[in-house]
Amino acid sequence: MLDAAVIANDTSFMLSRIQFAANISFHILFPTINIALCWILLFFKVRYNQTQDESWLRVYRFWVRIFALTFAIGVVSGITMSFQFGTNWPGYMETVGNIAGPLLGYEVMTAFFLEASFLSIMLFGMDRVSNRVHTIATVLVSFGTTLSAFWILSLDSWMQTPAGFEMIDGVAHVTSWMEVIFNPSMPYRLMHMLLASGLTSAFLICGISAYRLIKGDNKKSVKQALNFSVTLAAILIPLQIFVGDLHGLNTFKHQPAKVAAMEGVWETATEVPLLLFALPDQEKRENSFEIKVPNMASIILTHDPKGEIKGLNEFIDKHPPVAPVFFSFRIMIGMGVLMLLFSWLATYQFVLKKQYPPWLLKAGIAMTFSGWLATLAGWYVTEIGRQPYLVTGILRTKDAVTTTPPADIALSLTLYLVIYGFLLIAYIRTLFVMANRAVILEESNASLTGKVLVSDASKPVTTNEGVTS
Amino acid sequence: MNVTSVDWLPSVFIGLMGLSFLIYAILDGYDLGVGVLLPLDKPQQRDTMIYSIGPFWDANETWLVMAIGLLLIAFPKAHSIIFQALYLPTALMLAGLILRGVSFDFRTKAPSTDKHKWDYAFKFGSLLATLTQGYMLGRYITSFEDSWLSIGFSALSAICVTAGYCFIGAAWLVMKTEGELQRRAANWAKITNVLMAVGIIAVCLTNLLIDQQIMDKWLGGMQVLILIPITLLLAFTFITVHLYLDKVPMENDLGCWFPFLAAIILFIMCFCGLAYSFYPYIVPFKMTIFEAASARESLWFIFVGAAVVLPMIIGYTIFSYKVFWGKTSKLNY
Repeated sequence: MLDAAVIANDTSFMLSRIQFAANISFHILFPTINIALCWILLFFKVRYNQTQDESWLRVYRFWVRIFALTFAIGVVSGITMSFQFGTNWPGYMETVGNIAGPLLGYEVMTAFFLEASFLSIMLFGMDRVSNRVHTIATVLVSFGTTLSAFWILSLDSWMQTPAGFEMIDGVAHVTSWMEVIFNPSMPYRLMHMLLASGLTSAFLICGISAYRLIKGDNKKSVKQALNFSVTLAAILIPLQIFVGDLHGLNTFKHQPAKVAAMEGVWETATEVPLLLFALPDQEKRENSFEIKVPNMASIILTHDPKGEIKGLNEFIDKHPPVAPVFFSFRIMIGMGVLMLLFSWLATYQFVLKKQYPPWLLKAGIAMTFSGWLATLAGWYVTEIGRQPYLVTGILRTKDAVTTTPPADIALSLTLYLVIYGFLLIAYIRTLFVMANRAVILEESNASLTGKVLVSDASKPVTTNEGVTS
Repeated sequence: MNVTSVDWLPSVFIGLMGLSFLIYAILDGYDLGVGVLLPLDKPQQRDTMIYSIGPFWDANETWLVMAIGLLLIAFPKAHSIIFQALYLPTALMLAGLILRGVSFDFRTKAPSTDKHKWDYAFKFGSLLATLTQGYMLGRYITSFEDSWLSIGFSALSAICVTAGYCFIGAAWLVMKTEGELQRRAANWAKITNVLMAVGIIAVCLTNLLIDQQIMDKWLGGMQVLILIPITLLLAFTFITVHLYLDKVPMENDLGCWFPFLAAIILFIMCFCGLAYSFYPYIVPFKMTIFEAASARESLWFIFVGAAVVLPMIIGYTIFSYKVFWGKTSKLNY
């Protein structure tokens, strides 16, 4: 009987982990776009205010609708998260609730309401409030989304590198809120994520604009959006590589087991090579099929060709599963390199040649969701890399799991997977449907030249049939 | 631990949490209700109904995150017990909320041939959310007992809570729309008004019979006298609303806000009744708010933030309602 209970518990544990991974992987896709897209929309809006160039307004209007759709999916998939802790991970709040609770609470109170309330004015308020109030609403929504990222990344970072607390009877109690909020990995992770969001949005805008151009949409607004997005990507990607390196060094200092898994280093050694590829084998505790660059890992992590890197064997039972971390890390880096190549090449084309060759546009379409891929891979590195702990050194993941029967979890997991799969397809399809619809919309469409920015609520609502129906 | 010094913070937080649940039930109540009522026959009426809740649903739903968040933050042990007991209905509710939330956006952006499918998803998702919420309320009131009686009561509660949401949704439409749709909404409001009254009576009786402690609280002394004005006020509200709805639309749309106000009053009274019955328990008859509360320094840290931020939230919520005041018109980006 005991065995049956243990197996049920192990199954619940496995299923709960898959469910949490599915929920958060699906959820993160949408905020990742919107954190930056909102500021980008603000930029479009301000450009329009400054230049009165209708095509900036056109870019704004096209992307604000995608923003709205993305926001809705982000909100509803986020609600699921607030229930997950209680339903599947009761041990989490019971152990570190005194820290996680307030950080989540501040996110809801300072960010969620701000976003949700001003979103409606940003989306539907253009002809109901003055242009100034509308711009302010856009600023507040942008600020809200970024603030939300601040709180949740603070909590996530605290789980990676806990600080500012003491354990009393197995429960974490805060000793310094400053140390909790600005824990050692927090500034790096926050910057890394904000830049990831910028890149994800930039490549999304680039991909959809390139698609419209290929489909024969020669409107000025499409080229404006494309030029803007490749320039943005070209600026952000070197910054991201720089911040990513700092983040890696921070991880090397605080979570050496994670870095050892990322680099596939089993034995502590000096003059460690960088593995471009390998097949890590956790049973035998060695790699096969290594392709390596001598001394490079030591140089990157210690800035010394002879630097020492601690191996996984120093952390038996305290290091993450190696293969998923190892490969996710390489996918992330690979995407980063592709982003660098593409964005610099594209910027070169548009600055010096003043046009994009068709093959480059097609490459842009292929990279529409490259930001998603890189972000997910990066999160897998950091979150799987934290295992077997839920909170590094304090709480093991398996000690936090629910006693809910596995059959119930299997049922809910299936439900979520079906819904998420369906929504993901619908979302991507809708993006291209909206792009196709915009292609056939006439440049001289009267709806966009209506005086929609006049602040007079009593005048008849300007129709915008071509875009809304 | 020194009990007297920690006494007031859990009470403040149960108050804040209760207030968030109440605001959620009223605000998301009307937009869920509108979703459930979405007619299958008139696409134009569906458009108007959805425009009427378009600017608000997102912020409304945030109150659920707030309420659940406060439960999680202030009473983590209770959050674990309650949501492990309500595991499957919670998952179904979330599925419903996800479906309806995304349908709202997809319906205008997906290919127009798919629009009606998203409308059905919106209606079905809303219905799933209201039924499961009602069911969970029933399970909570009956202390998550695994008897057929408890499950039967929860099923009844599912129907009545759905009726309550439909009532406040229909009342919202009476206020926000005009013409044929307004008359239709008045009709929906009349039917759901009666269903809701039945539901309230059923919950009150069950509530009294379920536990001696609750019976004593209401009937065990002078406080029994308070039942007289409460019953009269409930009856008065139900009857006047019914009479008013018969006359919709009045000349110049006089008092079109009255059914919605009445719905709010009914929601507040139901809520207070339940709160009075169960206080200070957070898991009925198993765990009090004092046993479930987080550490004082954590509660204090959130309390300071809440004291600053909540008035701001209420301020800009009012601003948002003012911007979209009056009868519903088409929503343009």
